[in-house]
Amino acid sequence: MTTAAPTTAAGPGPLAELATRLRIWWTMLAICLEERLAYRGDFILGTAMRFLPIVTQVFLWTAVFAATSRADIAGYSKTDIVAYYLLTMVTRAFSSMPGLAGGISRSIRDGSIKKYLVQPVDYVSFLLAARIAHKLVYYAVAILPFAAVFWICRSYFPPLPDATAIAAFVASLLLSFLLGFFMEATLGMLGFWVLEVSSIVFAYMLVQYLLSGHMFPIDMLAGIPTGIAGIDVADVVRWLPFEYTAYFPAAVWLGKVQGAELGRALAIEAAWVVVMAVACRIVWWRGTRRYSAYGG
Amino acid sequence: MHNTNGHKPPGGRIGDDTVIWVEGLAKEYRVYDKPEGLGASLRGLFRRTSRLVEALKGVSLTVNRGEFVALLGPNGAGKTTFLKLLSGIITPSRGTARVLGHVPWERADDFRRRFALVMGQRNQLWWDLPAAESFRLHKEIYRLDAARYERVRDELVDLLGVRKLILQPVRELSLGERMKLELVAALLHEPEVLFLDEPTIGLDVVAQHTIHEFLRHVQAERRTTVMLTTHYMKDVAALCERVMVITHGDILYDGSLAEIVDRFTTHKIVTLDLDEPPAPGALERYGFPCEIRGPQVVMRIDRSRIADVLPEILRGAGVRDVSVEDVPLEEIVAGLFRSGDARPAEPAEAPA
Repeated sequence: MTTAAPTTAAGPGPLAELATRLRIWWTMLAICLEERLAYRGDFILGTAMRFLPIVTQVFLWTAVFAATSRADIAGYSKTDIVAYYLLTMVTRAFSSMPGLAGGISRSIRDGSIKKYLVQPVDYVSFLLAARIAHKLVYYAVAILPFAAVFWICRSYFPPLPDATAIAAFVASLLLSFLLGFFMEATLGMLGFWVLEVSSIVFAYMLVQYLLSGHMFPIDMLAGIPTGIAGIDVADVVRWLPFEYTAYFPAAVWLGKVQGAELGRALAIEAAWVVVMAVACRIVWWRGTRRYSAYGG
Repeated sequence: MHNTNGHKPPGGRIGDDTVIWVEGLAKEYRVYDKPEGLGASLRGLFRRTSRLVEALKGVSLTVNRGEFVALLGPNGAGKTTFLKLLSGIITPSRGTARVLGHVPWERADDFRRRFALVMGQRNQLWWDLPAAESFRLHKEIYRLDAARYERVRDELVDLLGVRKLILQPVRELSLGERMKLELVAALLHEPEVLFLDEPTIGLDVVAQHTIHEFLRHVQAERRTTVMLTTHYMKDVAALCERVMVITHGDILYDGSLAEIVDRFTTHKIVTLDLDEPPAPGALERYGFPCEIRGPQVVMRIDRSRIADVLPEILRGAGVRDVSVEDVPLEEIVAGLFRSGDARPAEPAEAPA
């Protein structure tokens, strides 16, 4: 097993062990932060570019609303739509993992993964620390342009939601980070079986784009029948992990998901995080066994 | 002492001082043939042919604490595979091994804190950060005591003369500087066993020398068990008492460096400085003159005859200077590599 085994009862106490692990983790985070800061220039340009697609979305929906006499589509007015897309950008800033899967599969292909087999360090924890560092640096850089855009577009947003909704929004964002992380890390580790994961990642991105709410609000799928009586497409998508990486937090902020439904959705999201975290471990474990058996 | 035929297990007993114990260790790889040409490549999408390649064929040996072992062999002989097995990166097809009492490929943390592997460039150091940062990370993941870590780090960087480099991003350093810092990173946790895969490859003579001195010092000081693969006989001559020659996944020779010269050479190289070029055929009765350059002659003389022949030559008129040397190690080892080639090594054919 590559995961750190808990120390035996004869070793230091569990608290001391926990403290040691936290220190290791903190150092990994600090070093990853330093490394990311070496690339801050990339971030500034990347952040600016992120706002471009949303402009085309706004134009598209302006045209859609101009062509119909209805004031709203599936419960979204023209201003709601703009607010929705801006909010999904916030969600995606948490859940998207640029370069994660590709980086993992590259390290498998070029053999640099060896280091994590030889050193007493857990690769998944390390990746997580690296990604948190990546995100923190990104937020530090991106907060200004984000704030500016949201301020300019403030008239599109409904009044501030209540404290419960804000708390649920924050929780759903943090979960969406973990969900995105474990899904992409798992995909990357498929590199133990296939030489190049980029086509798998591409297929995943495509499904993700359609079903996450990145392309359009998921509740627009309500009422589209699946062929099974009483179940529509939105009902199915609700049980899949994708919508929690873009649609769900935005919908929470806009008050589209409330009450018992909100609790249930958060529970589904948390369950997916657990499922993907376990899947990631299993794939890592089986992958390294295969790697050890076939190549190295 | 050491087993020299490579096939039989060397006693197989694990003594108190045994650090590495290997029994019948074998590794097979399945390789897929990639035929040439587009048409063949397309057919390959449906039916691939593969072969089993035996990278290592049942190797047995023991290494005691504090030994410095060189693994020699031509490219593809199985040296790196062997080091990968002993570091637990790969699992064997057959056989077993213990390193520091652990089965390496179980990758227990307790084992991983006690050894180090340096394999290839861009190994443990973070490319965009100064090496000092990678060292700090090592301090944490190997759970080193702060005071001891600092003392060891300072000692290592001073030995290699790289103190000034540890605050510079690694990507800006030269190959030799990076290798020195890799070695520091590998030794910070004072591993009991150190595996080095071609540590001096591509380095200039000065850097090679520094690394030799460093390894010798560290090894003597700490009684570290070191196993290294190399293509440079300079590394071997400078460092290793014990030499293993691997060809085609088999140990062809395992013994001392002195013995390898003794066992595998039949003659010595004698260089004569004469007053004038020798008359044709004048020297043949002593041995084989392989090079005659004016008055300077290089001869191969049978070792058993050297004691008789040498005084005779010196008694002859006009010998100004004479030197007697062993056959260069490179030549002996190259000969051993070739003798390994003579063995049949047919990979098993098997369709996928």
